[in-house]
Amino acid sequence: MDPLELVGAEPGPARTILFDGRPVSALPGQTLAAALWADGVVAWRTTRVGGRPRGAFCGIGQCFDCLATVNGRPNQRLCLLTAEHGDAVTTQEGHGHGELDV
Amino acid sequence: MVNSTSEQVRYDLAVIGAGPAGLAAADAAAGLGLRVALVDAGAGLGGQYYRHPAPELGAARPDKLHHGWRTFAELRERLAAAPLVDHLAGHHVWAAERGEDWILHATRGPEAADRATVTARCLLLATGAYERQLPFPGWTLPGVVTAGGAQAMLKSGLVLPGRRIVVAGSGPLLLAAASSLAAAGARIPAIVEATAYLGYARGLPVLAGNPAKLAEGAEHAARLLRHGVRLRRRSAVVEAHGTDRITGVTVARLDARWKPVPGTERRIDCDALAVGHGLVPQIDLAVELGADTVTTADGTAALRVDAQQRTSVPGLWAAGETCGVGGADLALAEGVLAAHSVAGKPAPARELTVRRRRRAFAALMAAAHAPGPDWTGWVTDDTDVCRCEEVPARAVREAVTELGAADARTVKLLTRAGMGWCQGRMCGPAVACLSGGPVGRPDSRPLSCPVPLAQLAQRDGTTELSE
Ligand SMILES: Cc1cc2nc3c(=O)[nH]c(=O)nc-3n(C[C@H](O)[C@@H](O)[C@H](O)COP(=O)(O)OP(=O)(O)OC[C@H]3O[C@@H](n4cnc5c(N)ncnc54)[C@H](O)[C@@H]3O)c2cc1C
Ligand code: FES
Repeated sequence: MDPLELVGAEPGPARTILFDGRPVSALPGQTLAAALWADGVVAWRTTRVGGRPRGAFCGIGQCFDCLATVNGRPNQRLCLLTAEHGDAVTTQEGHGHGELDV
Repeated sequence: MVNSTSEQVRYDLAVIGAGPAGLAAADAAAGLGLRVALVDAGAGLGGQYYRHPAPELGAARPDKLHHGWRTFAELRERLAAAPLVDHLAGHHVWAAERGEDWILHATRGPEAADRATVTARCLLLATGAYERQLPFPGWTLPGVVTAGGAQAMLKSGLVLPGRRIVVAGSGPLLLAAASSLAAAGARIPAIVEATAYLGYARGLPVLAGNPAKLAEGAEHAARLLRHGVRLRRRSAVVEAHGTDRITGVTVARLDARWKPVPGTERRIDCDALAVGHGLVPQIDLAVELGADTVTTADGTAALRVDAQQRTSVPGLWAAGETCGVGGADLALAEGVLAAHSVAGKPAPARELTVRRRRRAFAALMAAAHAPGPDWTGWVTDDTDVCRCEEVPARAVREAVTELGAADARTVKLLTRAGMGWCQGRMCGPAVACLSGGPVGRPDSRPLSCPVPLAQLAQRDGTTELSE
């Protein structure tokens, strides 16, 4: 059993996103974080102080652990962004307090 | 139902939050002839309980991951056909202001033009809850996720954080999460629950009055049994192991005060851990307005409401988890009751009964799952308490013992714990405990989410808020 089978999902054709340049497929409607989990990736950022890896923690936009750069814009929460074809996700090191972005 | 902003409209009622409470309120209010704005930060309707796969995923049986799916499907259908309700999706409200009318300030994205305001005569806060986290060594490792987060990612994106997932912490959400993760194909080596569940036994009459809740619990239990999942009671994950990803956990027995019992440690291999210790009402918007709060039996702050769901702030109602965590059925009932009060109509008897029973049940659950005072025994000095600012427990303890801090606010100023992006949502309860100050005080968050400066600057008279 897998989640798609459980709910009888018949998604449309997958989209392709780029994770640090590597193509990863995303089902239509999945968030960028979900697409990365489906690909076995659970970390996509390193912390500012300890340089430790982080990924999605709360899954609903509240912890800000899932930040990464998306199409050049830093500090995006991957658990909130729907994956679009061609989205480029880049691992982020530290996080800029300079710009308070949503 | 229209899905757009209408800045010119003066609504009778603005509902913040489209979970069970907000949906039921909007539906009932429209039925009573009120013009309603249903505002939610998310793209769809449903909130946490009714979180469901994005439509593009083409799920034929979304009900497989839900109890009460029918109730949601009917609400959604009625709202879609309701001309009096506007669904303002993707609107995160960061402040509510009271003048002659309520003015809500919302952000829809990063650009200056993504700012929106909503004007309404009455306001209902149905913003739900977030999970309480109690830190332990290794809790920042990738693959460690919140129990509700694992549930949410599964329900919306049909994905799992790993193949072998330990579920740990305390509270009924653990059973719900483990049950859906197992149904979706994950192996669950153990559910690790800190309490003995004994608290329930003392409340048998209350349990008997809530057959639907019992049925839901029994269904989870049956599913878990079928999958051979073990419930370890009076135990906690005291450490997560791994370097770049979790590879296993150490579980220990707890005494009645939640202190780990030496010599009882056991290692369990896993590639993910879903962890949470109950829920905390999300009430920032009301706290900033000065609304009165109460401390619940499990030590969280909830809004104080009267029999009509009115808060202490005139024109401000609250329903669902904001009034104390109690589950979806209670949220639905309170939403309906709030709508009747706003419309000046007498309360329907059915919802009054549901509220009475479910509030009693909620109090029982809260008391049973309240964290024991000695849980901090598993927090080693180098455990990061604040994930955002990477503040170790050592710094918090030194602030207390050497610098004389006696409450969370002082600790925060001295250590930066709680000053990061999440505004203390992840570490707040833990910092309050470690600092030895009062717990169950509402946190202050002048802005309920990060707001782009360009949008802040557009708000009149808010210079004190922009850095
Ligand atoms: C992550 C998570 C997962 C959960 N999963 C389950 C589960 O599987 N089973 C179960 O029985 N219970 C679950 N719960 C418990 C949950 O609280 C339910 O009992 C129920 O959803 C509560 O309904 P509600 O209407 O009070 O709030 P919610 O359903 O939480 O709805 C609140 C809504 O308000 C919106 N919101 C919040 N703040 C703002 C703002 N400032 N601006 C705009 N919108 C805002 C949110 O986007 C959300 O849609 C979960 C809780 C959490 C936190
Ligand atoms: S996972 Fe917490 S904000 Fe995205």
